[in-house]
Amino acid sequence: MNRQIVKLFGLVMALFAVLIGFTSYWAVFEAKALKEKDANKRPLLEQQRIERGRILTADGTVIARSVSKGRGANKRYVRRYPEGALYGHPIGYSFVREGDSEFEQFHNDELIGNESEFASIVDELLGHQQKGNDIVTNIDSNAQRVALSALESAGFGAVVAIEPSSGEVKVLASNPPFDPNRVPFELTELNQNEIEAPLFNRATQGQYPPGSTFKVVTAAAGLDSGAITAETPIDAPGSLEVEGTALENDFGQDFFGATLDTALTNSVNTWFGQLGQQLGNDTMFEYMERFGFNSIPPIDLPEDEVSPSGVFFEEELLDHNDPVDLARMAIGQERLAVTPLQMTMVTAAVANEGRLMKPQIWNRVIDPDGRVTDRLDPSEYSQPIDEETAAELTTAMEGVVSSGTGTNAAIPGVAVAGKTGTAETPGNEACGGGVDENQAWFIGFAPADDPEIAIAATVECTEQFGNDVAAPIFREVAEAILDEG
Amino acid sequence: MISARNRELAALIPVALLLTAGFAAVFAQENTRLGDLSLVYGAYFLAVCLAAHIYLRIRLPDADPYLFPLVALLTAFGLVMIYRIDADLARDQANWFVLGLVLFALTIHFLRDYDVLERYRYTIAAVGLLLLLAPRLPGIGQQVNGAYLGVELGPLAFQPAEFSKICIVVFLASYLREHREVLIVGARRVLGVTLPPLKHLGPLLVVWGASMFMLVFIRDLGSSLMFFAAFLALLYVATGRFSFVVIGMAMFLLGAWFFSSTVPHVHDRIEVWLDPYSDPTESGYQVLQSIFAQADGGLFGKGFGQALVTIPGSNDALLPAAQTDTIYALIVNELGLFGACGVVLIYLLITARGFKIALLAADGFSKLLATGLTAVFAIQAFVIIGGVTRVIPLTGVTLPFISYGGSSIVANFVLLALLLLISDRARREAGSSGRLGEPAMGGS
Repeated sequence: MNRQIVKLFGLVMALFAVLIGFTSYWAVFEAKALKEKDANKRPLLEQQRIERGRILTADGTVIARSVSKGRGANKRYVRRYPEGALYGHPIGYSFVREGDSEFEQFHNDELIGNESEFASIVDELLGHQQKGNDIVTNIDSNAQRVALSALESAGFGAVVAIEPSSGEVKVLASNPPFDPNRVPFELTELNQNEIEAPLFNRATQGQYPPGSTFKVVTAAAGLDSGAITAETPIDAPGSLEVEGTALENDFGQDFFGATLDTALTNSVNTWFGQLGQQLGNDTMFEYMERFGFNSIPPIDLPEDEVSPSGVFFEEELLDHNDPVDLARMAIGQERLAVTPLQMTMVTAAVANEGRLMKPQIWNRVIDPDGRVTDRLDPSEYSQPIDEETAAELTTAMEGVVSSGTGTNAAIPGVAVAGKTGTAETPGNEACGGGVDENQAWFIGFAPADDPEIAIAATVECTEQFGNDVAAPIFREVAEAILDEG
Repeated sequence: MISARNRELAALIPVALLLTAGFAAVFAQENTRLGDLSLVYGAYFLAVCLAAHIYLRIRLPDADPYLFPLVALLTAFGLVMIYRIDADLARDQANWFVLGLVLFALTIHFLRDYDVLERYRYTIAAVGLLLLLAPRLPGIGQQVNGAYLGVELGPLAFQPAEFSKICIVVFLASYLREHREVLIVGARRVLGVTLPPLKHLGPLLVVWGASMFMLVFIRDLGSSLMFFAAFLALLYVATGRFSFVVIGMAMFLLGAWFFSSTVPHVHDRIEVWLDPYSDPTESGYQVLQSIFAQADGGLFGKGFGQALVTIPGSNDALLPAAQTDTIYALIVNELGLFGACGVVLIYLLITARGFKIALLAADGFSKLLATGLTAVFAIQAFVIIGGVTRVIPLTGVTLPFISYGGSSIVANFVLLALLLLISDRARREAGSSGRLGEPAMGGS
């Protein structure tokens, strides 16, 4: 019988090996997939046991923190947002039941202190409980407040401010705002409010017609491709027939032999329309893509909460192979839809000698012991235009503010470069269908000779022009930032 | 040379230290303040184990030195895990551990000459079957999660299947010892398959019938599988005919397939095993949560006392039956794949020692009894761990020595006592005839 006993033991060994095999399958190989199952509430329940790190502004104001509830095994943490609606965008929210959004979602791993398997073992052996890291953002609390209150008195819209040399996002405001503290109580109502859409981050998701601000892109393409120089004259009549309908300048004014400075300062539609036609599809789209159009901007927010900019047809992005009305695209019409973030990136690239830095909200990660474990290392996204082009564009944009269409953006004692935009949006349902509704814009940077801040401000559904409603917002925000610097 | 008992003593000390460390870890997790309570518990546990050890030193000096420490290790492990779920449950379990050791000692005391079991084999078989039936008897029977596994006699509630498995193994070992020759010699080949002689097939069919009966009346696939597999293991060892095992397995699967389609509870268990996601919040909840708990553990686990058992802020179970059925999932959750490998390894070592005893035993009954007891123990561990890891359908069998439950721990200590009794005799005889590589302790 001994032979059989030995064989039986072999069988038991085989059976136990099967058990280990299955255990490794669930615990290790399949673990990731299992954690993502809808039926598995564990990851969420686990997360609320971790003291999520705080989120702070550049100057140390606490935007988000965690407070503990319950004791012992029931102890859990709940998110609080002491500043309420001021940072609803771009920080978002994080709750067990309602999920998370925006910055809270993108930086989840750092905030809950997810580390490598090895680091967590060491922590366990040392008896440390997992604790989240704090994140200090680049957000300037004073400028954010100024931006949001300026928007609130102007209308729905958004403001984005970026430091051109680093890509640090100083302001990212969207009106109407939402108070993340209310999310656990009224998420459904917030979601169903389609007119105000307070959860919708207009700064990164709002796709608006750019109007004349897009002329900066057209001018950049013209100069940088060598098609024109700053001195090249173009005859721009008051009206020009394009694709069967007239393209007109304001008041039908003629600008014969105008150069870039004149054309930009006076926002001459027929001048830029002709330039766009001269450049052609390939060049126009090449420069748009260099500035970041047609892809999702590389900001530290979830991809599904950041929209691309470009020419849209039936919600699809068009490219250089598609037929477009070049003249109207060159002046920001056609079917162009852009986000305030994208226009800020265009401005920041011009301000930073043609180099576009990746826009980033976060600045540094601080572990529970107070050590800085990670710091933003500014990196270049692209170089859409060369330094000379940037300098020539800057000069032209200074003219817009000093003597052109954007005089309300002027700051005493500081040279400002900028461009206004007023896109007519008659019959826009979001605006209640009024016939005189505009999308008002101002993009610009200051000081023009040594730029510290690049800003895009836009207001939707206004009967006013860019210079009347958007330029003052630019000025207020720029002043708030420059005063501190 | 270190004597068997001294080796046992040397092995018990690290076990007590592990228990102390385990409690310390749980305390550290629960109230950050580290008292000396874990030391008290460790000392208490060591004292109880030492008492048992001294008893073994006197009564069974030659018995296997590793079995008791290995079992103590599992018990210690179970105590810490249960304490971590609920301190009150752990206190019960500690009391049952002591009660188990008392029955352990009584078994050794009264069954020193365990051959007497052979004489009462039919009585024992009848008791075993009666025990199995008891949960369906009106007045005392209890239904737990759709299966009839519990019995309540006044203040005493227990799971008779735990004791029944020992009775059945004793009967089978004795019956097969007597009939194995006939089963081998009388076998004939039909269509290339070796079949047992019909005349002696009767009692074996009775065993098959009994396990099918369990499936239908007790409605527990787990115990049914455990009993029948132990029977097949014994049949194989007794006759050496692998074909008997194949036939038996085929008969079991056929029966299980037939009855599972007629007994709703068993049918549900199988459906849920095949596709737990079809009903993730009700019938599939336990299996899925048990797997999710394992996924949460990963390679190294979350550490003692760190895993979620209930949903925070409520008393709802996140891992249902964490102290009994799914305790293995909790182990994987807290100690990871490595911890689980450790636990399975301890079961494998106990199995190895058990089969070693069977190998050393001189007479047929001792051999078969040791084999049967070891096999039923190993299969029980397989059935519940396999259920929790979805190798087989999840059923309500306990994880021996670890799961919370008085019947389980007491019955398994009786099982251990029988194994040590066989071992003591086998090693003494082997030692005196010089077959064993190590000298037996002199004196007794």
